[in-house]
Amino acid sequence: MDIKKNFLSLQLKADDFIPATEEEKQSLVIMRESVGFWKDGLRRLVKNKVAMVSLVFIVIIMFFSFVVPSFYPYSYEQQQKGAENLFPMKYSANELQRIEEGEKVFPHFLGTDKLGRDYAVRVMVGSRISLTVGLVAAVIILVIGSLYGSIAAFFGGWVDIIMMRIVDIIYTIPDVLLIVLLSFALKAPLKALSATQGFKWIGVVGPNLVSIFIVFALLYWVGMARIVRSQVLVLRESEYVTAARALGANNSRIVRKHLLTNCIGTLIVTTTLQIPSSIFTESYLSFLGLGVAVPLPSLGSLASSAINGMNTYPYLLIAPAVLISLIILSFNLFGDGLRDAFDPKMKK
Amino acid sequence: MSEHLVDIKNERLSFFTPAGEVKALNDVSLYLEDGEVLGIVGESGSGKSVTSYSIMGITADPGRIIGGTVEFNGHHIEKLSEKEMRKIRGKEVSMIFQDPMTSLNPVYTIGNQIEEAILLHTDKSKAEARERAVELLRLVGINEPEKRIKQYPHELSGGMRQRVMIAIALACEPKLLIADEPTTALDVTIQAQILELIMELKEKLGMAVILITHDLGIVSSMCDRIAVMYAGKVIECGSTDDIFYTPKHEYTRGLLRSVPRLDEKESQRLVAIEGTPVDMLNPPAGCPFAPRCPKCMKICLREMPPYTYFSDIHYSACWLNQKEEFENAGKEES
Amino acid sequence: MAKYIIKRLLLAVITVFVVATLTFFLMNAVPGGPYEAEKSISPTAKAALEAKFGLDQPLFKQYLTYLKNILHGDFGPSLKQRGRNVNDIIMTKFPVSAKIGGISVAVALIVGIPLGCISALNRGKASDSTIIVLATIGIAVPSFVVCSLSMYLFGVKLRWLPTVGLTTWKNYIMPVFALSFYPSAYITRLMRSSMLDVLGQDYMRTARAKGVSQFVSLFKHALRNAILPIVTYVGPMMAYTLTGSFIIEKVFTIPGLGGEFVSSIQNRDYMMIMGTTIFLATLMVFMTFIVDIVYKIIDPRINLK
Repeated sequence: MDIKKNFLSLQLKADDFIPATEEEKQSLVIMRESVGFWKDGLRRLVKNKVAMVSLVFIVIIMFFSFVVPSFYPYSYEQQQKGAENLFPMKYSANELQRIEEGEKVFPHFLGTDKLGRDYAVRVMVGSRISLTVGLVAAVIILVIGSLYGSIAAFFGGWVDIIMMRIVDIIYTIPDVLLIVLLSFALKAPLKALSATQGFKWIGVVGPNLVSIFIVFALLYWVGMARIVRSQVLVLRESEYVTAARALGANNSRIVRKHLLTNCIGTLIVTTTLQIPSSIFTESYLSFLGLGVAVPLPSLGSLASSAINGMNTYPYLLIAPAVLISLIILSFNLFGDGLRDAFDPKMKK
Repeated sequence: MSEHLVDIKNERLSFFTPAGEVKALNDVSLYLEDGEVLGIVGESGSGKSVTSYSIMGITADPGRIIGGTVEFNGHHIEKLSEKEMRKIRGKEVSMIFQDPMTSLNPVYTIGNQIEEAILLHTDKSKAEARERAVELLRLVGINEPEKRIKQYPHELSGGMRQRVMIAIALACEPKLLIADEPTTALDVTIQAQILELIMELKEKLGMAVILITHDLGIVSSMCDRIAVMYAGKVIECGSTDDIFYTPKHEYTRGLLRSVPRLDEKESQRLVAIEGTPVDMLNPPAGCPFAPRCPKCMKICLREMPPYTYFSDIHYSACWLNQKEEFENAGKEES
Repeated sequence: MAKYIIKRLLLAVITVFVVATLTFFLMNAVPGGPYEAEKSISPTAKAALEAKFGLDQPLFKQYLTYLKNILHGDFGPSLKQRGRNVNDIIMTKFPVSAKIGGISVAVALIVGIPLGCISALNRGKASDSTIIVLATIGIAVPSFVVCSLSMYLFGVKLRWLPTVGLTTWKNYIMPVFALSFYPSAYITRLMRSSMLDVLGQDYMRTARAKGVSQFVSLFKHALRNAILPIVTYVGPMMAYTLTGSFIIEKVFTIPGLGGEFVSSIQNRDYMMIMGTTIFLATLMVFMTFIVDIVYKIIDPRINLK
């Protein structure tokens, strides 16, 4: 018989052919829990080991550069007579004598520089400057770039054409030229400003650092503006926006609900990736001698001044050079992780 | 060696994704005779494209055949190396795809892309290949082929491009043409033309055709036999008449009810199949359609139904059919 | 096509003109002048010098004179390097920078494109991860770090390579390495993502269905599509690289245009600044133009209007 062949060892009972209840049927439907955009992205991000290691590293660096120097026994500008050009973990004659006397002397982990300043704390403060530049610049760029880009895309037509032409021209002018000219131009007004009440901080961070920020604000938003513009252009033409409009959504709802939520992934990612590139540029400028004012160190200026003595004191060069590479690397890796997790269009 | 042109037996194929093993094909068996037109019908993700891709040996990357055999024209596809497979692809079996807009390489002329297929599988010279390409374009109904041959894909309309795709597929007169939803992306008027063209060329060249579609209207007019797939299984297979007039699976019935018909009264409403397809990451133990089936029984949730044969070519996997036989057997015994 | 080229050339001239104008007025708007820093100079000598170079004229008149001169291809005399004019300086310094830059661009392409392809083709495998890590390090390490560390390691410690000058081919190794470091890594990343994108396209499946071998499928069908973003990147990158990097020229003491440019800005050598800026802008605009033409050749869909 046919049935026997088909059934093999299976034993069938008449009960089996009773209709199943709705509950029984539903129990089989395994619905995968629906996860929101942020939760889903966060979960992917946490799973990404490289990104998490980078994040931990960034936090550690931040701790060392923002918190540790405040209670470190040496300060970045404190010059110790007789302790010039010490090798790492070595003590000056004066300090050795104090150790003899039973006093505890905090070691110079990275030695001292030619003015007798503790190098470890200088490197820490240097990375504080680099990080500050990176973070502040990224925010400036985010605000200006996204505003400029979205205005250009939103209005379109000749507004767009003119605004993007301006971007092209800023792109074409060599940035070193603008930076140098701006820092010359800004020197006097900033100095005057720092004398007035409420702007004293300019004197502390140094007019050069402030002019670096202004340079970033004036120049480096163009990349961001282009990205945001193309993003908004694509979104504006996308079918779900048309659909939302057809359903009667007004402009502000479309901007809030559709454009913003769809752009935000790209914005976060681009901003994160902007941080290392700003750090990069600051170190480059410091290397050129256009960066922060002495005695304030930045990683770039530390490396730059160490180059001449690198035959004898290579660690003075290697420490800031390696540190800045690691900082940029971890921001890049973390940014890549963010992109993989949050930008659905870049997901592969 | 099988007497069929295509003979797939108990094929199992899985995609090994980071999220887990997606069992795309579960025990698929199908065959196809020389010169026959087989329609494969099913919703997205039912495995119809995956089945036909595995005949071509172009299963996408994390996918692997993990069981069963796939025989085509005397070749054991699952055992062939990539190099051996290349000699068969485009020569003995060809394929046209769903979206003609993206299926042609935008940076080469259509002549170049047709000639490529000819030069790969024959020892024709370049000039001969060009001649053949012009001939093929004429065959697929493109006017001024000498001029068209120098054009780029973006200069042609969608229907034209699909004709070019057909010309590429037919370059070496294959024994089997697989058409993967060839008209889904086209205008309705163009759809009919392309289908007519495929049928006409099939007669002319005597090849077999596998037509993959979710459009029942297309299969009814073109196919000799139809296989209905659901969740990586062939749940019913039979002649076109079998499927349309005596469907034996609830899913097939559901599909038919969801198609508008001219011979019914206007007041007749179209019935959609309720529910959503199964999660292929964790397929259920029983019949995959059970949770959506209006006549679901207890056993359906527990055991995979076996095939019931209604004729040599008409069979279906549904416990309802088994129920009838079970009851009949019971009567006979008593 | 001819119409397009004419249109582009016109646009190029306008862009260069705008850049020149902006630079000119920006430069002059900044307080101080070319002879400000020189303490030793007497007011009369300063006035004489300014008269000689026409700096005592009203700004707008200076501007017009300058424009007239560049139309004749004359960038004027250097204000700081006595007796030399800007054309001479550019013509002697540019070839030095361009040679190193050209080799570096070639190295970056030769390294970046194959690595990116290998990475994309082996996606998810060990070789892919290795290449990604290397490329990410490559874009993370600033060029002055590459310069100074390689200088320290190969030049000072191991003494394998000469550290100064450009006399033998060995002298080129370190500057080229340092200069091509970032672009190689960037091109690798760009190539990988664009290759992955192309490999997922429908026409790659069509090629496979035709029976095309992997080799042909990669080189004929994928590469030509995937190379487009690289072309876009390489255009401006080439302009910057050819004109020289200040840092690399400083560290390796190479007499190139990059170093000349930065020192001219610091010295306020107006003529030099204008000359090099216009030169760079022209090169930049020219490269973008070349990129568009190459784009058109590679991708027939691009409609040049």
